[in-house]
Amino acid sequence: MSIGLAHYLVIAAVLFSLGLFIVVTRRNAVAILMGVELILNAANVNFAAFSRFVTLDVGGQVFSLFGIVLAAAEACVALAIVLAVFRTFRSVDVQRTDDMRG
Amino acid sequence: MGVAEIIFYLLALLVVGSAALVAFSRNIVHSAFALLGTFLGVAGLYVYLSADFLAVVQALVYVGGILVLILFAVMLTGRIRDVKVSNVSAGLVPGLLFLVLVLGLLSLLAFKTPWAASVPGAPVETTAAIGDALLTDYVLPFEIISVVLVAAMIGAVTLVRKEEK
Repeated sequence: MSIGLAHYLVIAAVLFSLGLFIVVTRRNAVAILMGVELILNAANVNFAAFSRFVTLDVGGQVFSLFGIVLAAAEACVALAIVLAVFRTFRSVDVQRTDDMRG
Repeated sequence: MGVAEIIFYLLALLVVGSAALVAFSRNIVHSAFALLGTFLGVAGLYVYLSADFLAVVQALVYVGGILVLILFAVMLTGRIRDVKVSNVSAGLVPGLLFLVLVLGLLSLLAFKTPWAASVPGAPVETTAAIGDALLTDYVLPFEIISVVLVAAMIGAVTLVRKEEK
């Protein structure tokens, strides 16, 4: 069985669900950020796979590039927020940052 | 099964295995280092998708940039040696159920949907084509993403700056 579109889609699905699992279960904000990075990677793999097997041009790869740029921007803003949260609460546990809960 | 297939399955194993390590490791430092395997494996997958430029960008930006940033954050947030403090998980069993459900649904979609997939041609280098596309068809998203990047950097600097009274 040669390597086809479904192989890449399944790998991306595994990455996506593991990332979602991390976001749901972890309480450390930095660990949650790692989960988001896995989800973004899964999306980028899907873009590149569809670009290779369906549209046969570089459009999907260009959007993968945009995804990588967004991941970089997201990582730096999120880590800045984590740092600010750590300064305020002396902790990065997302269940202890509940000052805005009504 | 040829050599190419074997290497592909090894890459897939690397990606999935280290992603699982990120998800299930008790120590957040181990999670951060396992992320390296995932990012490099995805770069390898890009090579298999004949996306050479994308593979290099993945290695440079993710491994050289984002991973180093995450490791800095992990090391800076102190008390990291204590697993109970650094990497507590909540609701593992519902989380696992959720994981299996999402994975099953997505895999079902991947196999059952009649994708209009065609047989790809021989790999060609894509750097010039991506450069052309960025400056013709995708010039507006390209400009917008530049503004987003600048805004994110300024925002990050503003967020971490100490307040001056």
